Amino acid sequence: MSGYISGLLAMLAINIIIAYSVFVPASAGLLNLGAAGFVLVGAYSAGALTMLWEVPLWLAVPSGAVAAGLVAFLIAFPILRTRGIYMVLATFAFAEVVAGVLINIPALGGAAGLSVMAYAGLPVVAPAAVGVVCFVAWLMATRFGLSVRAIHDDENVAHLFGVHLRMTQVVALTIGGAIGGLGGGLLVHQFNFIDVQSTGAMFSIYVLLYVLMGGTQTVWGPLFGAFFFTLVPEALRKLSEQDPSLKFLEGGRYIVFGLAVVLLMMWRPQGVVTRTMLENLRSSLRGDKVAPTGGGRA
Amino acid sequence: MSKVIELTGVSKSFGGLKVIDDVSFAVPKGSRTALIGPNGAGKSTVFNLISGVYPIDTGRINALDQDITHMSVAHRVAHGVARSFQNIRLMPHLSTVENVMLGEHHLSSPWALARGARASERARAALADAGLGTYPGQVVADLPYGIQKRIEVVRAIMAQPQILLLDEPAAGLNHVETDELRRLLERLSERGITLLVVEHDMPFVRTLCNHVVVLNFGKKIFEGTPEAVHRDPGVLEAYLGTPARTGGGHAA
Repeated sequence: MSGYISGLLAMLAINIIIAYSVFVPASAGLLNLGAAGFVLVGAYSAGALTMLWEVPLWLAVPSGAVAAGLVAFLIAFPILRTRGIYMVLATFAFAEVVAGVLINIPALGGAAGLSVMAYAGLPVVAPAAVGVVCFVAWLMATRFGLSVRAIHDDENVAHLFGVHLRMTQVVALTIGGAIGGLGGGLLVHQFNFIDVQSTGAMFSIYVLLYVLMGGTQTVWGPLFGAFFFTLVPEALRKLSEQDPSLKFLEGGRYIVFGLAVVLLMMWRPQGVVTRTMLENLRSSLRGDKVAPTGGGRA
Repeated sequence: MSKVIELTGVSKSFGGLKVIDDVSFAVPKGSRTALIGPNGAGKSTVFNLISGVYPIDTGRINALDQDITHMSVAHRVAHGVARSFQNIRLMPHLSTVENVMLGEHHLSSPWALARGARASERARAALADAGLGTYPGQVVADLPYGIQKRIEVVRAIMAQPQILLLDEPAAGLNHVETDELRRLLERLSERGITLLVVEHDMPFVRTLCNHVVVLNFGKKIFEGTPEAVHRDPGVLEAYLGTPARTGGGHAA
């Protein structure tokens, strides 16, 4: 496998992991625009462990996830006091605070970023991504997953049936934060470098888009979103290299990509992968009569 | 007969509007009690007070020999009080069986699997018992209104309540669906579940219920049997808007 392909697949795997860090709380109706914050906590924790204390990678990366999970747990309580757009802004502010703190720690590289020696590579990153997908699929198949999705749809009714809203949301945010930290730990050791500037607001927006475009109704939505956002820009770039008539895509591929995002949002505001879509697909495969489609709300 | 729910001097205001005014009544154990009254009488508010959606201003609510006035919403279902809603409040993105499984949330471990036939055995059986066995996997938002309405009742049943509060369960159902619902509720009643039903469909109330409480403008104006309610001058005035001159007739 060429270095380009393995690098691309490793990036895809990391994007998948980080997408699920946003998906878990989003399933409970908690929009997290601070994914970069958890990724940075995980990346700098794991990076510092391998770089400054020479902790082995297999221990440093999970430690980064635990650190991010702990931070997520602690900030969940004040964040969950906010609602709607204010919660989105609170998570965004959290990521900015994390960035502000990290950029002012000279021991971690400050504004120049943190360089590490240990390298993860595709053989580490890909199984981690598969593990995260399997874990989240299991989580969403449990009663906890059911209560998370119930809160997303109607938290008052979920509460009436005994779902503990605050505890469920705190657990969802904590798990999401830990997964983000895992992604950060892998990210820094895949590229042997991380800095605050390249893991900022745009990073968080992209990750949120993976999830919203893929769809929050099923566990497959973020997978689709991560594939789409990672592979489509690269495919457009490759096309521009191979066909001279498509040369404009070299610089303009993000315009085409942006248009595709707008069209997808218009066509499927609830996300591309929905419960109804999967149910109809299953029915078709079984040869059942297909239920009328709806799609419902996002 | 012992009482499973007892409201004593319950009042509730929203701003300057007193929607429940010193209401007291009791629901006998094992009864099928109807809570009726004209639109705006405060029936759904009483349900919201019993289920804890709204805190009460004054008074006390007892359920199953315990004061639940200040009990948290989530604990009331574990205490044995479950409800359905006037407007359908199913989870639109969950399948039928998942919606129904939500009803038994307080009875299961959060880490137990919620997928697969074995995990949803009880929910599937309850759906089949209600004549809804053909829709387990379908997303509820895609189902017709009448079916959604009955799924909501099944979800409340799944909570294994001792008291079932049903807010206009027959609204929007056709005759066949209404008959099926009545038979389902009769079976529940035979199992010992106490029913408290808000309903405008008077034939449904007459055939199902054996105890009636009537509210008007937030006050209780009648409590008795379904036969007596039609002869009560206060009830007739509340529904017809004029003082009753003759007995008989139908309140609705």
